[in-house]
Amino acid sequence: MTTVRKIEINPVTRIEGHGKITVHLDEAGQVQDARFHVTQFRGFEVFSKGRDFREMPVITPRICGICPVSHHLAAAKACDAILGVEITPSAHKLRELMHMGQFVQSHALSFFHLSSPDLLFGFDADPAIRNVVGLARQFPELAVKGISLRKFGQEIIKTLGGKKVHPWHSIPGGVNRSLRQDERDEIVRDLPAMKAIVREALDLIKNYLAEKGEEAKRFATLETAFLGLVNGGFLELYDGDIRFRGPRGRIIDEFPDWEYLDHIGEHVEAWSYLKFPFYRGLGYPNGSYRVGPLGRVNACDDISTPEASAELAAFRKLTEDGVVHYTMYYHYARLIETLYGLERIEELLDDEDIMGSDLRVHSRELYPEGIGVIEAPRGTLIHHYEVDDRGAITRVNLIVATGHNNFAMNKGVELVARDYIRDGKVTEGIMNRMEHVIRCYDPCLSCSTHAVGKMPLRLQVFDAKGVLLSDQERS
Amino acid sequence: MAKAKVATVWLEACAGCHMSFLDIDERLADLVEKVDILYSPVVDGKEIPQVDVGVIDGALGNEEEVHLAKEMRDRCKILVGWGDCAVFGGINCMRNFLSPEKVLEEAYTETKSTVNPEKVIPGEELPALLPKAIPIDHVVKCDVYIPGCPPDADTILWVFQEILEGRVPKVPANMMRYD
Repeated sequence: MTTVRKIEINPVTRIEGHGKITVHLDEAGQVQDARFHVTQFRGFEVFSKGRDFREMPVITPRICGICPVSHHLAAAKACDAILGVEITPSAHKLRELMHMGQFVQSHALSFFHLSSPDLLFGFDADPAIRNVVGLARQFPELAVKGISLRKFGQEIIKTLGGKKVHPWHSIPGGVNRSLRQDERDEIVRDLPAMKAIVREALDLIKNYLAEKGEEAKRFATLETAFLGLVNGGFLELYDGDIRFRGPRGRIIDEFPDWEYLDHIGEHVEAWSYLKFPFYRGLGYPNGSYRVGPLGRVNACDDISTPEASAELAAFRKLTEDGVVHYTMYYHYARLIETLYGLERIEELLDDEDIMGSDLRVHSRELYPEGIGVIEAPRGTLIHHYEVDDRGAITRVNLIVATGHNNFAMNKGVELVARDYIRDGKVTEGIMNRMEHVIRCYDPCLSCSTHAVGKMPLRLQVFDAKGVLLSDQERS
Repeated sequence: MAKAKVATVWLEACAGCHMSFLDIDERLADLVEKVDILYSPVVDGKEIPQVDVGVIDGALGNEEEVHLAKEMRDRCKILVGWGDCAVFGGINCMRNFLSPEKVLEEAYTETKSTVNPEKVIPGEELPALLPKAIPIDHVVKCDVYIPGCPPDADTILWVFQEILEGRVPKVPANMMRYD
């Protein structure tokens, strides 16, 4: 079938990074195909070669300014492996504390700053108010709460790493600074207020999803497997085994993170700088899966902290088999994880190791290879380095969180296009719905394009001969 | 007084400068009483309008970014460069020792987990890479430079306040940082 019109949304806004959406319509004005293109490429895997491996925890955070801590920590873990060391309990817990700070700030940004305007104002609201500024004007109390939650997370990062964005705390073999008593007490003091904010946001999303009913469940929903780290079956964000759970709830596979290459491959398409990871056992595209908040809460058996565990139990009652495929419920899962993040901060700050000063393990070893895997807010992040006998990087492989969701984001955009576009009519609200598919996954396109790339949104319509019929760039 | 119109764009960069801007936290509410943010990754504008202040975060690494930088320059009165990438080219310039073709080939065919037997290199409907990543003032005139990776939130806010007072600021020594 020939494509009669092509619709392009460029740039996709209120997402982290640069992307565009194209929709191809047939002669009857029905959707033939829809794609989400990542349009930027930067080349970290290539240009890091030759650097001393110890520089990687400082170089790689520049892949992404939203979750720099993820890259900082994954790099540090890969460096630990090259040194052949296991870090001290204090170093481990301090790294995890910074990581939880990042989860709270990044999830707060995704929910309050970027996605909540669609939920509170509606998908068809005036684009001029449908943003964080509009939120601050019409829902000032909620906006202040979202801002203070994000700030709370950012302050933890700054306390340990000196800066909110691109902090420097982890080093190969440990961390470079302990936590002072007054700093600890200050974080503890704010915890109850932060929990109250997350509880309020949970109520908001639950009410919204209940009110929207089937529409919310249908929105961009597809059945896939899920991937996430687990530790003894519990949700794990810093260090655990990689688990694949099938669409019907069966655990398909579980393996130590350093075996990732045996199980995960990356497919390349000519129309996107972002690769398409897949489970090798099933091949591409059958082996496509989802990661991030929905992926993790589906992959794990339970959450180790009481309040988040109770929330997860309620979440699982939504479906018969306890597996939730609804794409809009990413927001819900994200807030359950935010609650876990706050509870975990509380646990870590109550642990005497957190005030410890045994921060670094020395090593004279230099192994040729190191793999560091953690859960970034957006999903599983893999750093893999090879070094020569002087410690210079010879090869780098990065699989970033957003990449794992590439297939699902593309399918989701296509599903929404098919559901809402009739007879070739595309309203601004429909375009915004397609963008919201992307926002559900909270992609980090700067991350995804660590390789080289960038991703904006614009909607263009072409006829079968390639003549531009309409250009619906929003202004 | 009419509100100042502002547009911000992020080009070849990591988003950290925009995150640092959001780190002005609750002061954002006061700022938006004085400025209208019409185009930015955090709002839904799809085309850069005529504005008083244009902000670029990021270097120039592909053709689309050059186009956006020129468009921003044409449509703003004062152009501000946020962060080391806009000011110096930043970490993106680490690729300048290799040809773009070599960087792409390696990233998409030689990285360890890539399964790409037909050696597909992305490029369809995607902007082509420039031979080198470059700072914005290699292509457009920049009026205010704010280096830093990223610049501090306080510095970003101070620059806005100065511009709102009618001055074209130069970041003073005590706010100048490069990491």
